Amino acid sequence: MPERLPGAERPRSGRLEVHKTYKLFIGGAFPRSESGRSYVVSSAGGRRLANAALASRKDARDAVAAARAAQPAWASSTAYNRGQVVYRLAEMLEGRAAQFAASVAAAEGATARASRRIVAASIDRLVWYAGWADKFAQVVGSSNPVAGPYFNFTIPEPTGVVAVLAPQVSSLLGLVSVLAPVVVTGNAAVVVASEARPLPAVTLAEVAATSDVPAGVVNVLTGRTGELAPVLAGHMDVGALDISGAAPDARPDLERLAAGNLKRVLVLEEDWAAVPSLRRLRAFVEVKTVWHPVGI
Amino acid sequence: MRRATVRSVEKTAAGASLASSVNAALAGRSLGGELAGSDVALRRLLSGLPGVDQVGAEARAAALATRSVKRESKLRALELAIAMIDLTTLEGADTPGKVVALCAKARRPDPSDESVPAVAAVCLYPDLVGIAHRQLAGSSVRVAAVATAFPSGRASLAVKLADTREALDAGADEIDMVIDRGAFLSGRYGQVYEEVRAVREACADATLKVILETGELATLDNVARASWLAMLAGADFVKTSTGKVNPASTAPAALVMLSAVRDFHVATGRRVGVKVAGGIRSAKDAIRYLVLVAETAGEQWLNPMSFRIGASSLLNDLLMQRSKQLTGVYAGHDYFTID
Amino acid sequence: MSFTYAPAPESREIVTLQPSYDLFVNGDFVPALSGRSFSTTNPATEEPLADVASAGPEDVDRAVAAARAAFEGPWGKMRGSERAKFLFRIARVLQERAREFAVLETLDNGKPIRESRDVDVPLAAAHFFYHAGWADKLEHAGLGPAPRPLGVAGQIIPWNFPLLMAAWKLAPALAAGNTCVLKPAETTPLSALLLARVCQEADLPPGVVNVLTGAGDTGAALVAHRGVDKIAFTGSTEVGREIARAVAGTGRRLTLELGGKGANIVFEDAPIDQAVEGIVNGIFFNQGHVCCAGSRLLAQEPIAEPLLERLRQRLDTLRLGDPLDKNTDIGAINSKDQLDKIRALADSGEKEGAGRWSPPCRLPARGYWFPPTIFTNVSQSHRIAKEEIFGPVLSVLTFRTPAEAVAKANNTPYGLSAGIWTEKGSRILWMAQQLEAGVVWANTFNRFDPASPFGGYQESGFGREGGRHGLEAYLDA
Repeated sequence: MPERLPGAERPRSGRLEVHKTYKLFIGGAFPRSESGRSYVVSSAGGRRLANAALASRKDARDAVAAARAAQPAWASSTAYNRGQVVYRLAEMLEGRAAQFAASVAAAEGATARASRRIVAASIDRLVWYAGWADKFAQVVGSSNPVAGPYFNFTIPEPTGVVAVLAPQVSSLLGLVSVLAPVVVTGNAAVVVASEARPLPAVTLAEVAATSDVPAGVVNVLTGRTGELAPVLAGHMDVGALDISGAAPDARPDLERLAAGNLKRVLVLEEDWAAVPSLRRLRAFVEVKTVWHPVGI
Repeated sequence: MRRATVRSVEKTAAGASLASSVNAALAGRSLGGELAGSDVALRRLLSGLPGVDQVGAEARAAALATRSVKRESKLRALELAIAMIDLTTLEGADTPGKVVALCAKARRPDPSDESVPAVAAVCLYPDLVGIAHRQLAGSSVRVAAVATAFPSGRASLAVKLADTREALDAGADEIDMVIDRGAFLSGRYGQVYEEVRAVREACADATLKVILETGELATLDNVARASWLAMLAGADFVKTSTGKVNPASTAPAALVMLSAVRDFHVATGRRVGVKVAGGIRSAKDAIRYLVLVAETAGEQWLNPMSFRIGASSLLNDLLMQRSKQLTGVYAGHDYFTID
Repeated sequence: MSFTYAPAPESREIVTLQPSYDLFVNGDFVPALSGRSFSTTNPATEEPLADVASAGPEDVDRAVAAARAAFEGPWGKMRGSERAKFLFRIARVLQERAREFAVLETLDNGKPIRESRDVDVPLAAAHFFYHAGWADKLEHAGLGPAPRPLGVAGQIIPWNFPLLMAAWKLAPALAAGNTCVLKPAETTPLSALLLARVCQEADLPPGVVNVLTGAGDTGAALVAHRGVDKIAFTGSTEVGREIARAVAGTGRRLTLELGGKGANIVFEDAPIDQAVEGIVNGIFFNQGHVCCAGSRLLAQEPIAEPLLERLRQRLDTLRLGDPLDKNTDIGAINSKDQLDKIRALADSGEKEGAGRWSPPCRLPARGYWFPPTIFTNVSQSHRIAKEEIFGPVLSVLTFRTPAEAVAKANNTPYGLSAGIWTEKGSRILWMAQQLEAGVVWANTFNRFDPASPFGGYQESGFGREGGRHGLEAYLDA
């Protein structure tokens, strides 16, 4: 079944609809799961909405590889440029607001009006983070008055590949709120979409694919969070992990796996409607301090 | 002289050394034409030297200043420092009488103790060389004259050479010349080189010390470059200062010069000495310089042939400290002669 | 004529060693409930210095309870401006008793007195001074309008800079309003215990700082204790990983400052003499017992040979011996265990085909010693190029292009420090950008300052110590 606003009528013409296929988003492409598996996604009300790809361990591995390949160039692009890319994403969302509203409504069971508000908030969230791209380093960086003839400054740099377990409930606003701070600071993301509500994430991926986000910077996996999360938590090429979207009882094991290469782990549940703090922006950056003598 | 220098450089250029770029530049020049007088060639050569990081050099000098030289090693250091002194008087008010007294002190710094070595040299204006020469006859103490329009160096080459010849004619064993800092700082390296070379020629067998006046050279990079320029032009010693400019000798400048003579020795096989001068008044300062020499250029430089300290009041402090080392009692100023 | 330095030993008399030391809990020195103790020795002579109480789980309980009571009591209620004054006091006493601390540190650790006197102790005092000023300004630290302390901090520190690491841990924690249970390393407990005395002298309220001496099991008990809100650990990556696993899922905060395999990169246009000093300081400072040591020298090919020649000459002038001698450059290896580890890795370097060189130097007959050592013809795959040796052993590799230098420097799970030596400014900034390291020293190495954040990327740990960024480790913001 296609996405539709609740209560929307089946067209009278009798024309057979073209159903949408929801695939993974890895390295800028939309592959099916290499496992060939898919799973049924239902609406909040229990209606069958679509089949989504059921990503496997190998898909997760491929996504990490794509992210790692894309990350250095993304990190070395200018902050101005990254801000523009994220802003462009917001523009694209705005242009497809109706589609996203329908998707959110189906996924979350929200009213049409509430769905539109969620989409608007998601767009605004992207705009907010886009604006941080070229200010963040100014706010969290510093020049440090050391006791000696040295110029000493501190700057934030991206951690690298960040695996994000997207919030299970808030399928778009939550997703955007955890994804934007990761990429705007120069990381590449491997996102595991909400297990039960993955469709807005895939649609967002389609927007990303046609916007200016470089291939591999954002990768979206759909499937079982419980299956994919341990793979990502243990992956030695993943530098950081946002497990806010994991079930609380699954977190200790994920944290233990993450200790394998000392990943930075974030557990932070937020009210998505509220103005964010800088915690997510600060969570996936490394602070680098550079010394140089001052002399003639 | 120039040709000889260049040839010796070429001979050892094959040896792996940090001065290889200098050697290569030198060798290239000697094939193609004139090194002397060519600002461009000299600039290329000097700017090919490794840079000196001021903060790092100062930190190294400061670290070496914390060396603790005690007991028997201190006694040896004090006596070594005495033997390295160029006992100096460079005042307009100098008199023949003062020079006579200075020479007496130079020959026998402590009249009550024969075991105290004589100083290396006395250092004077050229017009007083004759007196010193007569006073020091038969002793090991050499006569050094500041020449070449000391201390500013602001005179024509002809005047500088005349100044030099007059000092030599009066019996000077060593000439302390000044470089033209104005020429150096404005990049007229060829002129500086030519002047040093010309004085070198005029000196014949006399020892030539080239005063860089590091206090006017602004950067340690320039100290290294001026050292190389002087060495290439035939200096026997590179010397920090005239004593007439503040700052005079500093530990970082001396460190850079000691590194330069070490590298020049590796590159050419010729051991150029270093003289520090100006503001060195305490035995503690002198010993710190000896530590710098030992740990930078190496112990081969720790003799009066390769290291000198230009000073006057320093000598008494060295004597007093020596007396303290020997007797265990702190010495009093009135027990040492003041000239 | 040979210019030798007569022995110039710093006097030991300024230090009064007790035959035995108790734990510092709730403002008092108390015997360990465990009833156990261990001996700490002078690694330069193998002479036992003192017997030190070994804290067991019941001692950890007691110390954590005291810290909790202090947090909920006087310390938690105190205004920041008052906390600041306690830290200023501690800083001042550290300065006043600097020589005593330096001698004690050198006795227990084996590091040269020149370093404990000129680096460890002054920097420890500086850390208290710097953080003192933060105590009443936390809302301006850029971490939100009302940052709150975390509670009780369990802090486990290594043996390489015993007093300095105690200062790095205690000063920010206390400034932020936390209370502390500090566990010094087993082989170097004495300066932390003297620091506890200083806390007493400064009238710090009981329980704000507690010092539990002991070995790894004491540390493990502290990490496992549910009354601890925050763990801060400096030490090996191996132990750091274990701690991360132990803390997993508890919601307790963790910062780790772990190992490193720092690359010191020398370009052909480097200020060569200063680079040589930087290499020496990078790997032979503190016998190479430095997590951010420049243990890999990457030399650009045109300069590699002359640089090594100079480095060898410079190593010839290093003075190894009595750590209390003011002219000693290289002191003793901290322990027999560490010496064995260094020897094993150095031997592996030889076996794997690298060229080993040390300057001629006579090692004292007693104590734990290892000569300054350089390995040449090292390739990336050699153990000595990959594993942290934590000793005076330098592995030399070469490179041709800046990109190759970056690739080699970053080819490690560690990411703590890196050095760049070149006279070209734009290259320095490019390199600094590319290098995955928390601290990049350009035309200098191994400089530390309380205002300068310190900490690593990847497996060198997370969290920073020092500067505004270091406060985040002890605040809920």
